[in-house]
Amino acid sequence: MPGDLAAQAVSALATVSPEPGAPKPDPILVADGVNRHFGGLVAVDVTHVEFQKGAITALIGPNGAGKSTFFNLLSGFDKADGGTWVYAGTAVTNTAPHKLARRGMVRTFQLTKSLSRLTVMDNMLLGAGGQKGEVMIASVLPFLWSAQEKKNRERAMVLLERFNLAAKADDFAGSLSGGQRKLLEMARALMLEPSLIMLDEPMAGVNPALKQSLLDHIRDIREEGTTVVFVEHDMDMVRDVSDWVVVMAQGKVIAEGRPDVVMRDQRVIDAYLGAHHDQQLTKSGESLTEGTSS
Amino acid sequence: MHRGFARLLLALLGLVIGAVALTGVAQAAGPAIIAVVTDANKAPIAGVTVTVTGPDGFTGTGETGADGTATIEVPKSGKYVITLDESTIPGGAAVKDGPERTANVLSGNKKILFPVGVPDDGGGGGDSGGAGGITLDRVLQLILDGVVLSLIIALGALGLNLIFGTTGLSNFAHGELLTLGAFTAFVLNVWWGIDLLIAAPIAIALSGLLWGWGQNQILWKPLRKRGTGLIAAMIVSIGLAIALRYTILFIFGGTPKSYAQFAGQPGLELGPIFITPKAIVLSIIAIIVLVATILWLKSSRIGKATRAVSDNPALASASGVNVERVISVVWVVGAILAAYAGIFLGVTQNVVWTMGQFLLLTMFAAIVLGGLGTISGAIVGSFVVGITVQLSTLIVPTELKTGAALLLMIVLLLVRPQGLLGRPERVG
Amino acid sequence: MDLGFVLTQSITQAIGVTAIIYLLATMGLNIQFGYTGLLNFGQIAFVAIGAYAIGVFMIQWQQNPWPSWMPWQTLVPNLWVAILYALLLSVILALILGIPTLRLRADYLAIVTIATGEIIRLAFKSTDPLGGSQGINGKMGQDFYDLNPFPQQDRFDFGPLTYTRADLWVVICGWVVIGLLLLLTWALMRSPWGRVLKGIREDEDAVRSLGKNTYLRKMQALILGGLFGALSGIFWAIAKQSVQPDSMVPAFTFFCYTILILGGAARVMGPVLGAIIFWFLLVFVEQFLLLLIDNGTITFLVPTQVGPIRFILVGLGLMLLMIYRPQGILGDKKELALDAR
Repeated sequence: MPGDLAAQAVSALATVSPEPGAPKPDPILVADGVNRHFGGLVAVDVTHVEFQKGAITALIGPNGAGKSTFFNLLSGFDKADGGTWVYAGTAVTNTAPHKLARRGMVRTFQLTKSLSRLTVMDNMLLGAGGQKGEVMIASVLPFLWSAQEKKNRERAMVLLERFNLAAKADDFAGSLSGGQRKLLEMARALMLEPSLIMLDEPMAGVNPALKQSLLDHIRDIREEGTTVVFVEHDMDMVRDVSDWVVVMAQGKVIAEGRPDVVMRDQRVIDAYLGAHHDQQLTKSGESLTEGTSS
Repeated sequence: MHRGFARLLLALLGLVIGAVALTGVAQAAGPAIIAVVTDANKAPIAGVTVTVTGPDGFTGTGETGADGTATIEVPKSGKYVITLDESTIPGGAAVKDGPERTANVLSGNKKILFPVGVPDDGGGGGDSGGAGGITLDRVLQLILDGVVLSLIIALGALGLNLIFGTTGLSNFAHGELLTLGAFTAFVLNVWWGIDLLIAAPIAIALSGLLWGWGQNQILWKPLRKRGTGLIAAMIVSIGLAIALRYTILFIFGGTPKSYAQFAGQPGLELGPIFITPKAIVLSIIAIIVLVATILWLKSSRIGKATRAVSDNPALASASGVNVERVISVVWVVGAILAAYAGIFLGVTQNVVWTMGQFLLLTMFAAIVLGGLGTISGAIVGSFVVGITVQLSTLIVPTELKTGAALLLMIVLLLVRPQGLLGRPERVG
Repeated sequence: MDLGFVLTQSITQAIGVTAIIYLLATMGLNIQFGYTGLLNFGQIAFVAIGAYAIGVFMIQWQQNPWPSWMPWQTLVPNLWVAILYALLLSVILALILGIPTLRLRADYLAIVTIATGEIIRLAFKSTDPLGGSQGINGKMGQDFYDLNPFPQQDRFDFGPLTYTRADLWVVICGWVVIGLLLLLTWALMRSPWGRVLKGIREDEDAVRSLGKNTYLRKMQALILGGLFGALSGIFWAIAKQSVQPDSMVPAFTFFCYTILILGGAARVMGPVLGAIIFWFLLVFVEQFLLLLIDNGTITFLVPTQVGPIRFILVGLGLMLLMIYRPQGILGDKKELALDAR
């Protein structure tokens, strides 16, 4: 049962010591010495970090901590100046994003990348992997791919219904609301049946009414056995949904642990206070949610 | 926005009607056949008679000037026969490949080459390498010509780069800013009889106001407000370039023109090299203008604001910079620099409707070479391009010289996509 | 000259040789720019390669082999082989253009392609073995004309339209080729492959994150569009039996953009509608103005000013279309509502 797997993963994390770079019982993604400079600025300098398989891990930190850059590096959208990382036992350092995606490591973006002038259904179909009809020569011979296309379409419809987008299937993605686009992007990523999904600020720009359903979707994804790593500013969400929290500041991992433990960690409070003197970490809701990450 | 565009249309229409009224329609426009007569060493031959016959019984005659060219305007596109009267060639030499040529004239000018005689060295290599081989004198001369060309390119490229930096627009109508500047001076100088020394500054000021500030106000500002994308805006600028270029052709005709003053200035021989006094003066002014512009960008308030907007418009705007005002200033400065470049080109060569178009690609090449959006990069790139263009004639045929600079740009892009002085870009 | 003549002229040109040349090139641009979002500003480079390959292989190097030891008569026995070479050369050109630039920002491709178009034009113009400034003239399409099935007669009348035997053959074949290519475009663009291209146009990174090799697809689109461009050039050489360097100017590509945006980018039939309307209007305006000048209605223009007026209208048309109706005639209303681009 996938659900059991998730439960196992979570219980396994209970034994992990809350220290930066702590080894996990069953890591799916391990990064070593990853760094990235822009001119003189060190954006990312991560000594060691592991992400537990089957869990939901949140990556947090003040603005400019290098979270998004780290995400871009791991997912192949930026080139690291040094370091290595291993996904599911295979070295994938600086591997092109499309190759990572084919191995089951899929990401979404902070600024939603719905393909505006494609229909919602076409967006979903684009997510499906291993399509024969995407080979140029085969594309003009529909009998090679129409059966596969039909299956993908059915699968897409199931996902769209789960994400409450079925009624919009034939509309252009550009006509969706901001929150619906986030949902579409997540659903589209699931078309690839990933084993690791990386969400870059899934709550940014989503109205409160949709937030709860997004959280449920993220939990559902874990229940199905997919590992989730996400960058987020919304502390309520982090507390609510994550099994483990990794905190970055000034490009480094400064703390790790279960959400309730990490939020009380003095190093974390200092890092946030260093960035935002006027904010209180302990106050829920608006704290730490303002601003855009870089 | 509809209003804005109606204004643009009205302005263009007014320009056309006004110009037609001014010329009294006497100005013949349209394509022309340019016969170029050169001897075996590519030196021009003057005083040769050329006859053109064409459709509907058209006949026209011309005589080559000191530059070896004869321009014969033709009424419309079609097939024309161009015959060179060999008896008028000094020394009685014959034209290589015979004295008659047929040409299909489309909308633009058609250049017909009449090489006379056999090369002195008797080499059968034809076109390659131009005359004289590689000598130190020739290299020095070409470097000097290259520097002069570089200055003209730099004046255009700096403005183009500033506009690109602040608005993100790859302005394909920037060449026309040069042409418009040159023709504004031409109207003042030749039509209205104002001495060029007075007409040029007036034309430059007018260009800044009309073609810079006015263009931004009527076209680009409304488009930015509308949220028009960068690719769409780039295509709009292509449309504008075509419309402006042919409006100029419509009004002034296709024949290359000269200003009333400084046209046939004799050159100076400085040791092995040769240059006209007007080119020296114009180059010195160009250097002063370029240095002044760079200093202004580095030190003045608005100059610093310009660089801030280039760096990050949203951030600049958030920190209190009036982005639209900066963009207005940049358009004015860009148009002024371009107008001076146009007049420079008009005085040292001639004033013709395609003058800016021909330089546009070298300006883009300069910017890409130097690094998109960087100020010093535009200047460095211009010198690389300008000198490459001229020096390349040592090894490639003269007609291919622009190609050499463009090729250099492509090769550099392969090795260093961010340009010579640009920084690697941050992704994501 | 009367209005009837003006209309006949306009219709003839709207479906004639020139319109077909532009249409073929524009259909290639539709694949590159319309569907994939690639800013190819040098479609003329592909057209020039296609046209010059025919001219050089069929005329220039047959009569005057270069280099002199090359047995061109054996290597290029007929037009059909020359066409194969032309297509092959256009693929090579697409690879040369694409390999360095398709990884860079979109506007680099624009600048590199427009520059390449100019380099190619200047290279042809200044190299005598490639025709030099005079271009290449001669019966380069003879093998094609030999297949003409129409009976030997001076003229063929279709209502007001009149064709010579050769013209009729050329125009019919041109439209048949266009029909086949439209079918191909339609089949490609309704497939998952076409969906990837459209995705790349909207957001390349998103498509990459979904496991697609976008670089490969962009290269395929560039090559395919380039092949269409080369076919345009091949048709040019055969139909006009003349290839001139000064016709291969950047403006050609810009006219193609105007046609594409007029008809509707990313629509299979967009270029067809665009090309027909574009050439009808262009010729109509020219001929109508000439008619008015001829019969004295317009006195403030001389005939040589009519040419520039056409191009002023093209430029203004391109601006207005891009601003007010970027989706063109065949565009989708729902798409307009998105205010994309």
